[in-house]
Amino acid sequence: MLNTGGVYSVKQKMVLYFPSTVTEQPFTYYLIKDYNLMVNILKAHINPRKEGRAVVELSGEKKDFLAGLDFLQSRGVKIFPLEQEIVWVEERCTHCGACSVICPAGALVLERPDMTVKFLNEKCIVCEHCIKACPSRAMEARY
Amino acid sequence: MVKKTYEEINAKIRAGEAVVVTAEEVISMVREKGIEETAATVDVVTTATFGPMCSSGVFFNLGHTKPRMKMSRVFLNGVEAYAGLAAVDAYLGATQIPETDVANKAFPGEFNYGGGHVIEELVEGKEVLLEALAYGTDCYPRKKLEKMIRLEDIPQAILFNPRNGYQNYNVAVNLSDRTLYTYMGILKPGMGNANYSTSGQLSPLFNDPYYRTIGMGTKIFLGGGVGYVSWYGTQHHPDVSRGENGVPVSPAGTLAVMGDLKQMSSRWLRGVSFLGYGVSLMVGIGIPIPVLDEEMLKFTAVSDEEIFAPIVDYSESYPQGVGEPLGQVSYAQLKSGEITIGDRVVPTAPLSSYFGSRQIAVILKEWIKNGEFLLTKPVFTLPVSSEKVDFKGLA
Repeated sequence: MLNTGGVYSVKQKMVLYFPSTVTEQPFTYYLIKDYNLMVNILKAHINPRKEGRAVVELSGEKKDFLAGLDFLQSRGVKIFPLEQEIVWVEERCTHCGACSVICPAGALVLERPDMTVKFLNEKCIVCEHCIKACPSRAMEARY
Repeated sequence: MVKKTYEEINAKIRAGEAVVVTAEEVISMVREKGIEETAATVDVVTTATFGPMCSSGVFFNLGHTKPRMKMSRVFLNGVEAYAGLAAVDAYLGATQIPETDVANKAFPGEFNYGGGHVIEELVEGKEVLLEALAYGTDCYPRKKLEKMIRLEDIPQAILFNPRNGYQNYNVAVNLSDRTLYTYMGILKPGMGNANYSTSGQLSPLFNDPYYRTIGMGTKIFLGGGVGYVSWYGTQHHPDVSRGENGVPVSPAGTLAVMGDLKQMSSRWLRGVSFLGYGVSLMVGIGIPIPVLDEEMLKFTAVSDEEIFAPIVDYSESYPQGVGEPLGQVSYAQLKSGEITIGDRVVPTAPLSSYFGSRQIAVILKEWIKNGEFLLTKPVFTLPVSSEKVDFKGLA
């Protein structure tokens, strides 16, 4: 867990798995209202009456953070560590740079004056926008 | 006055004495030593581009079967090649997609595979499934064929690209409020980004704006091997406005190029996918420009600051074929990563690889310096005026 100093003592990305029985229930609302957590939804795939998955970043005071996770688990949501990552397959990259305006996190940059693409893994938020935006399909998601 | 002939330059190349520099290197040389001295020193300037070029494809002769077959439909890994030619000839276009692809029915389509990818895989040496159908004749009785083939099994494969190496191209922006999926990449709403696609100061036709040395028969680097300019490209349109340096300020000249696919490399022929648009082929092209005189050297010394492209709206102006460009911007500005349109700062992204273009210019330079690659004088140069080229639109 990160100590970002000051207001928030915990900030963590995780994968939430929603069984089909709970996908129609609200969760973000309670996490914010009852547990005072900041909820940043990085990616979500949730359909009514079907199981769903979401990648979220929760941040807040440690006590609230743990209570929020207990709340999610008590409602049947399963919590997994964020193990998915985006990989830059360098040999497929043509260094065109089309990705550089698509990546919202500044993790894919066109370095000047060399005009080469660099992938800064630590900035990646696993939104996966680059995967389909890369013409030569050099970005892959790995679990 | 500096005057050099093709024969003199080739004699120096054969002797290993030719001075060859890239179109990037020549710029600083001219800034240091001036036109006259640089023209006297430098014999050849290498130019290059490596970007998606949709008007590309391969002519195949697939080889005769026993019994013989006049193939009327041909598929390579499910991608159809045009077979309305002699018995076992076919042309696979770079933008062809498999019949099974849902295309944009699930918008935006992903277009993960198509003609460009088949070409890349063949060049890479991979096995590809050939499926052919025929109606059968007395001389060609066979009606069906399924076979795994490799490029080395095919009698002939000729890369023939009717339109490559565009002399200048649009900078694409999106004035609407929804994301656009185009051949110029993903364009975010409200001018969220501006995409461009030429290698600027390295690009072949920017360095010979009036086509003094480029025409039918010009020997070139093509897809990692050797190829030739075979004609002016489709949509070749030289009669556009030009700057004082002769460089067109909108899309102008184009090249038709060809070469033996078997000696090319998948590093410089890459299948690419454009979300919501389709597939294409990234083609690497390098063209040597002989420094015949000071004027030629001056042309090759053109820099990104002196080359301008039109900014075009792809939400309305381009698709409807109406309106005027929103302005002009230099390649130096485009390459900096952001441009200013009105009072907005807009991030830019290229679709062609400047890094790859630079590598090609260096490879071609080495080939020439090592005496492996001689220059050819074109049979005729590309038309400078459209008088002989019909450039009409349909209604």
